[in-house]
Amino acid sequence: MPKRKPEKLMDENDVRIDGRKFDELRPVKIEVGILGNADGSAYIEQGKNKILAAVYGPKEVHPRHLALPDRALLRCRYHMAPFSVEERKSPAPSRREVELSKVIREALEPSVFVEYYPQTSVDIFIEVLQADGGTRCAGITVASLALADAGIPMRDLVIACAAGKVEGRLVVDLTDLEDKGGEADVPLALMPNLNAITLLQMDGGLTIEEFEKAVNLAIDGCRKLYTLQKEALKSKYVAVKEAVEE
Amino acid sequence: MPIFYERRQLVTPGDLIAEGDYIAGENTYRDNDKIYASRVGLVDYEARSVHVVALKAFYIPSVGDTVIGKVVEVTSGGWMMDINAPYLAMLRASDVLDRPFKPQTSDLPSIFDVGDLVIAKIVAYDRTRDPLLTVREPGLGKIMRGQLVEVTPTKIPRIIGRKGSMISMIKKETACQITIGQNGLILINGKTPEDERLAVMAIHKVEEESHTSGLTDRVTEMLKKEKEGVEHA
Amino acid sequence: MSSSPMVVRVKQKRIAELISSGKRLDGRGLTDYREVKLEVGVIERAEGSARVRLGKTEVMVGTKIEVGQPFSDVPNEGVLTVNAELVPLASPTFEPGPPDENSIELARIVDRGIRESKAIELEKLCIEPGKKVFIVFVDVYVLNHDGNLIDASAMAALAALLNTKMFNYEVEGGEIKVKPGYTPLPIRNYPIAVTFAKINDKLLVDPWLEEEQVMETRLTMTMDKEGKICAVQKGGYGYFMLQQIVEAVKIAREKTEELRKLVVKG
Repeated sequence: MPKRKPEKLMDENDVRIDGRKFDELRPVKIEVGILGNADGSAYIEQGKNKILAAVYGPKEVHPRHLALPDRALLRCRYHMAPFSVEERKSPAPSRREVELSKVIREALEPSVFVEYYPQTSVDIFIEVLQADGGTRCAGITVASLALADAGIPMRDLVIACAAGKVEGRLVVDLTDLEDKGGEADVPLALMPNLNAITLLQMDGGLTIEEFEKAVNLAIDGCRKLYTLQKEALKSKYVAVKEAVEE
Repeated sequence: MPIFYERRQLVTPGDLIAEGDYIAGENTYRDNDKIYASRVGLVDYEARSVHVVALKAFYIPSVGDTVIGKVVEVTSGGWMMDINAPYLAMLRASDVLDRPFKPQTSDLPSIFDVGDLVIAKIVAYDRTRDPLLTVREPGLGKIMRGQLVEVTPTKIPRIIGRKGSMISMIKKETACQITIGQNGLILINGKTPEDERLAVMAIHKVEEESHTSGLTDRVTEMLKKEKEGVEHA
Repeated sequence: MSSSPMVVRVKQKRIAELISSGKRLDGRGLTDYREVKLEVGVIERAEGSARVRLGKTEVMVGTKIEVGQPFSDVPNEGVLTVNAELVPLASPTFEPGPPDENSIELARIVDRGIRESKAIELEKLCIEPGKKVFIVFVDVYVLNHDGNLIDASAMAALAALLNTKMFNYEVEGGEIKVKPGYTPLPIRNYPIAVTFAKINDKLLVDPWLEEEQVMETRLTMTMDKEGKICAVQKGGYGYFMLQQIVEAVKIAREKTEELRKLVVKG
C-alpha cells in the first residue's frame, strides 16, 4: 500500500518527524539467546526495525575445499524477508543484499579470533523481519551479540549506528523516510574498547567538515548503544543471580 | 598495576580487565600491556594471572579428556565422531581391533555404526589434524542405554563440584549412574525414568545457576522437595 | 580483492618494511598514483566508451542508451544502471559465472559516485513522463587486474559518460522517431574515486596487486568537482582509527583534483 510522503522531515525547532532531537536514538530492545538450534543468537528492535541474527560454528567447513589452512572462514548472509518492506521484496538475494552481506562480514571479522580455529567455518545469518532504515547497522549490532552468545572468543563487541544529513541538519539514527528524503547517510561500525572503525560507508553529498561531524555523531551513537548491548548480554545471568541469591 | 574488576564480576568481550605485568589467562587476551576479556564470564585471578570463567563456550579437545561422541561416518580406517567441538574426532579401527585388519573383510559398522553413542578418551590433539580417540580403557565403549543431557562444556567443573561434591550428591539423591563427558555430554542411567528426570533437572539447574553461590544446598533442597512431591502424588 | 594467491612471505615482509619508511616496492611515494593512460571512443558500437590503464590495471567501460520505463518514485527522470564484470581473462583468480560479491561491490561503488554527485542530468532524459525515459547502461569490463580496480573503473566510467552521445529524436504520435545528429549526454559533475590501502598502520593510495594482497584494509572516497564527498566505502577485514579517516579525507581532496584533470579536459 503506497504511502504519501510527508511535507517536511524536521520542523523549525529541529525536532524530527518522530519527535526526536538530532542526537537522539530510536528506542531499542535487545534479547540474547532466543533461538534454540543456533549456537548463538540475538534479536533487536530499534524503532520499527525488527532484526534477528544467528550464528553456527565454529564447525567443519562444507564444502571442504573452502576451508582456510590458518584460520576460520567467516560467512555472513544479510537477507530481508519479503514482507519486511513497504513493497513486497522478492526472496532472491538482491545486489544490495550481496554488498551488505560483504560489508557486514568485514565489519565483524576484525572482532573475531579467527586464527584460533583453522579449517572451520563460522556462519552468521541476519534476517530483517521488518525494515525502517539503518538495518545494516542494527544487523551488525545484533550479529555481534550472537557471536558472543555462541561463546566465540572476540577482541571486542561491534556496534553500529548511522548518522546523516536531513534537511540541512546533521542527525543520528535515520529512519527509512529520513534516509530516502535526506541528503546523506553515513553508516559506521565501531569496536568500542579499541576505538576501531570496522564499517564506514557514505552516500549522498557532504562537505569535508560535515562528513567529519557526521562520523563523530555516529561514533557517539555507537557508544550509547554499547551500554544497551552489554546489558542485554549480561541480563540473562544477572536476572538469575538476583533471583537466587537473596 | 591496576585490576578494573573484582572477582566474580561479569565481563563481556572487550572489557579491560587489567593493565600491567599480568599473565593473560583463559578467555582473555593481551594487547601491549592491557588485558581484555574475550568471552562473557566471571573475572577471576590468582597470583600473577587474570582469567575469565566463561559462561558459555564450546568444547576444545584436550588430551586425556573423557568425551561422549556420536558416530557420524564410517570410513575405511575407522570412525568419524561428532564430539560437540569445532572438529570431528577420529577413532581408528586399529584401536578397537587387536589384529591388523583388512578394510574389505572387516565389518566396521557392526562394531560402531552411524548414530551410535560412544564414550571415549582423547589420546592426541595438536591442532593440525583432527583429535584422535581411544576406547581401550575400562568404562569406555559403545553406550547401550541411558539418557543423554547436553550442557555448555564450561559448566562441567561446576557440575562435578569441588572434589566431586556436587555430582556425588546428585548421584546419591537420584540413585543414578552418571557418566560425565568433558565435552558437555552427560549420560544418565537410573532405575526408573523418574529418577533419571530428577537427575536431568538437577544438572540443568546447576548449568543455569552456575555463577551463583550456595548452589549445592539449593540443588539438594530441590531434589528432596521433588522426591517428596512425587511420593505424595 | 579477496581470494587472491598469497604473496610469498619474504616479499610480504619487504613490502611492509619499505612502507614503514614511507617507500613502496615500485619506488612510488605513499601518495603517488601510477601512470594513468586514458583513451576514449574505443568501441564505436557503444554510445560512449573509454579505456583506462592505471599502471598495469586495465578497465574498459562502454555505455549504451536504451528506451525504457522510469522508476515509479521518480517518473520524470532517466535511469542509470551500472554493472561490472571481472572477466576471467583479467586474473587467475576470476572465475566465470554470475557476478560475485566483489564485482557487485565494485559496480555499486562506481554507481554511487555517479548517482550521488548527480553527474548525469537525469531530468533531461525524460521522453514521456511516467512512461518513457532513457536508460543509461554503464558496463564496467575489467581486462587486467593489477590492483585498484575501483579507481580505474570510476575514472573509466566518467570518461565513457563524457564520451557518450545520444541520438537526436522527436516524439510523433507516441512513437520515437530518430532524427539526424547527436547530442552529448548531459553531464554536470565529475566524481572521482581515491582508494587507500592500510599497511602496517600507514595509508597509501592506489595499491597495486601485491600491496592489495598484504593490506589489512582499504578505504575509498569519491568526491565531486566541488570537493564534496559523495561516496565512502571501507573494505577488507581490518579497521581504521578515526585519525586515519581524517587524514585520508585530506589526501583524497588533493588527489581527486589531480585525477579529475586527467579525465575532464578543458
